[in-house]
Amino acid sequence: MSVISPTIQSRFAGLLGAGAVISDPTAVATYQIDDLTPTVVLRPDAVEQIPEIIKLAAAEKLAVVATGGRTKLNIGLPPAKYDVALDMSALNKIIAYDPGDLTLSVEAGIPLRQISRALAQHGQFLPLAVPFLERTTIGGTIASGVDGPLRQLYGTARDYLLGMEFVTGEGVAAKSGGRVVKNVTGYDIHKLMIGALGTLGVMTRLNFKTFPLPAATRGFVARFPTAAQACEMRNRIAGSPLSPLTLDILSPQVAGLFSAAAPPSKFEPEPLPPNVLSNSEWTVTTGYCGHDEVLTRYEAGLRQIAADCGTTAVTILAENLAPAWARKREFIPIALASSPATTIIKISVLPSRLKDVLATAHAAAEANSLPWASLARGVGIVYFALLPSDQNSDSFARVRKATTAIHQAAAKLEANSTIPWCPASWKKDLHIWGPEPRNVSQMQKLKNVFDPQNVLSPGRFVGGI
Amino acid sequence: MNSGLLRDLQGLLGDAAVLHRPEELLLYEYDGSVEIARPTCVVFPRTTAEVQRIVQLANQYQTPLIGRGAGTGLSGGALARNGGILTVFSRMNRILNVDVENQRATVQPGVVNSDLSAAVAHLGLHFAPDPSSQKACTIGGNVSENSGGPHTLAYGVTTNHTLALEVVLPDGELIRIGSAALDPVGYDLMGLFVGSEGTLALITEITVKLTRTPESVKTLLAIFETLDDATETVADITARGITPAACEMLDGWTLRAVEAYVHAGFPLDCAAVLLLEVDGVKESAERHAEDVAEVCRRHNAREVRVARDAQERDLLWKGRKNAFGAVGRLSSTYYVQDGVIPRTKLPATLRHINHIGEKYGFQIGNIFHAGDGNLHPLILFDARDPEQFRRVVAASDEIIKFCLEMGGSITGEHGVGMEKDRLMPLLFSEAELDLMRHVRDAFNPKGLLNPNKIFPSKKGCGEIHVQPLPMQGVAAI
Repeated sequence: MSVISPTIQSRFAGLLGAGAVISDPTAVATYQIDDLTPTVVLRPDAVEQIPEIIKLAAAEKLAVVATGGRTKLNIGLPPAKYDVALDMSALNKIIAYDPGDLTLSVEAGIPLRQISRALAQHGQFLPLAVPFLERTTIGGTIASGVDGPLRQLYGTARDYLLGMEFVTGEGVAAKSGGRVVKNVTGYDIHKLMIGALGTLGVMTRLNFKTFPLPAATRGFVARFPTAAQACEMRNRIAGSPLSPLTLDILSPQVAGLFSAAAPPSKFEPEPLPPNVLSNSEWTVTTGYCGHDEVLTRYEAGLRQIAADCGTTAVTILAENLAPAWARKREFIPIALASSPATTIIKISVLPSRLKDVLATAHAAAEANSLPWASLARGVGIVYFALLPSDQNSDSFARVRKATTAIHQAAAKLEANSTIPWCPASWKKDLHIWGPEPRNVSQMQKLKNVFDPQNVLSPGRFVGGI
Repeated sequence: MNSGLLRDLQGLLGDAAVLHRPEELLLYEYDGSVEIARPTCVVFPRTTAEVQRIVQLANQYQTPLIGRGAGTGLSGGALARNGGILTVFSRMNRILNVDVENQRATVQPGVVNSDLSAAVAHLGLHFAPDPSSQKACTIGGNVSENSGGPHTLAYGVTTNHTLALEVVLPDGELIRIGSAALDPVGYDLMGLFVGSEGTLALITEITVKLTRTPESVKTLLAIFETLDDATETVADITARGITPAACEMLDGWTLRAVEAYVHAGFPLDCAAVLLLEVDGVKESAERHAEDVAEVCRRHNAREVRVARDAQERDLLWKGRKNAFGAVGRLSSTYYVQDGVIPRTKLPATLRHINHIGEKYGFQIGNIFHAGDGNLHPLILFDARDPEQFRRVVAASDEIIKFCLEMGGSITGEHGVGMEKDRLMPLLFSEAELDLMRHVRDAFNPKGLLNPNKIFPSKKGCGEIHVQPLPMQGVAAI
């Protein structure tokens, strides 16, 4: 644990008020990242306080990590230094919402659930169906760059984040983009902040395009004996006129993960309908929406494609798609809860090579006697979870062998592979940012512009940035 | 120009690929905007290696270097503001790879936008960004400017369709950023480089997403007696959560200019039309066409026509896409703005633009991407009259300031370039502009690449700079 002198703590208190400076060890411990605990937690209640906090931290050479719901702090390398946790959760206001324009501006600490409630009143939503949904904030979602099943139709945050206000590592308050849906004024700096783990700036306000909530939705679940058949169904949908909301391929083990009583119920109250998944088969799950004629068309089209690919069972999930969506959305937390040493490899690949990636990852896990489960998005993203039964040196050795093999196979397939989640003590030996990250020197140039003194989340990012 | 540089460029590319005589350079001193700037020379590389070598020569001779596609840009982005080597990519125009299964294509920067779509049409695919200049503009230019177009309302602008780039940095280093697979690791360099207006790197190769051409497309023309009815229809369509593939508006004056040129069958006696398109699977397109028509009628549309076939549809779009050209027949010069406003502010903004036209005594035509609030008021003026030019700039500034008051932006798709740099302080603080300058300097430290673009010069900051007078009619495409 680092030490911050009482003088500096009192200066923080002067900026924020004494109640917003937390140094009680029990409270501070809840902000731990990997094995590091900050000295102090600051909880600003006005965006205008952030530049002053950062300036003081920079002057005193303190390292700051901004936090929201604290659900994804373990992504990335352990911070090189961690003095101050900047808890953004009191900055939780909707600044502007123009339903007629479908645009929204919010403070970074607002929970996604709070946004959903406000938008739903006007029949709108943000298509961020991301993991840890019940607890996550918008700032954490953007900073961690997590995705969700709805990216099949809506893309990712970079496609609907319109602009942002942020504070640099030198305490400069700045903005990028705007609040209108189309804008090419200046550099798109806000895109750099997505997935940057807070290494370039502390996001304070974010502007989004919102979307009308889909009307009636349906889920379509088709089971297949092999991964290749499931991938073939994905390919045929991509080549058809259909444009579903979601399209994910689940490995057989997911049936067990999703039906296990305890963990899933933590994430969504509704159980998954019985017999939808099978622990011996691969599953294609897809959601679609529209009025009756469209729903009929999609169901007929999907049934035909599934039959052509040799499906063994088809289930239509009627009106309430939430349970199926929620389980797909929460695959990562469910996988994390199911093993003491869950290691999740994220592989992005051209969709035509999904089956090859799945086959090699599967083989690497089996060769090292590691239980595993995978969720593959139709757009070419695989979350491959290794689920050792223990966290010890033996399981580490096997996980290292498997991840090395998967990294190598991914590189051969021109895929990108990283390890967003694994036990903290394993990180330094697992190439969590991939075997050979490209363009680290170009990224360092940007880090030098935004945070020359390395105040913000130091060391967590690619190449130790 | 420096004879050593000329000799080296000729040695590298051959005499025919280096233009340097004044009469040769005339063609390259303008683009689609009202700006004028003459390059020192113009070069036409054929390979990435040649581009790299040109960059090295620019460094050796400390000469500015500017990339250019077809020169259709509307903000002076591809002009040599302070002279220099204008590097035109028209000879790097090969489609390198089409990956049908993954719906991707890799192209050289000089490939013309509509040529890519034409080349993959038989596969049921197309490249979604469709600027009105798409028959001439290049994909390299689209990437540099983050170009839009009518169908970007539903499909997104160029940045949403660009996956990977090979670029030459201003120091000559060749790098690849992004990846054909989604989610490349690290900072979103693609997000930064796309739309950086040629200030960070020269692009030598581009991998884009291709979009499946929809099964069914319905094109509607809604005819209105008042401008307010048309703008309120757009706001209502948006508010109801209907996202058409395109939602374009032409006011009555522009419509008459277009009809006289294109003969698309537009009505001559109305105040405005909306050109609307919905697409998707057949069942969905039909239903949405009905929904859209219903909203139009609710706002007093005199008539809602639905294109009966592809030919009728093409004719309607021809009218829209040739509108700037049609206006060019009426006035030797016009100034086109690119402000963006929230869609809810459309009615008030259009009224205000008309008011500004009356105040300054200019005819202002409006033809624009109504669905995303991206305005294109065309102010007609006589460029030979310096007083008129000054007033046109004043009128245009007043329009932009109103857009900003409405919560909008100064440019939706044309870029800042050398035309709107002086307006940047209206939107960004000096600290914010400095931060962006530092980002530029991180990649372009000597400022050799496309100098004096996007950011106002520090000295003249806040002043209205005196623009060079256009020497001839400017035909924006």
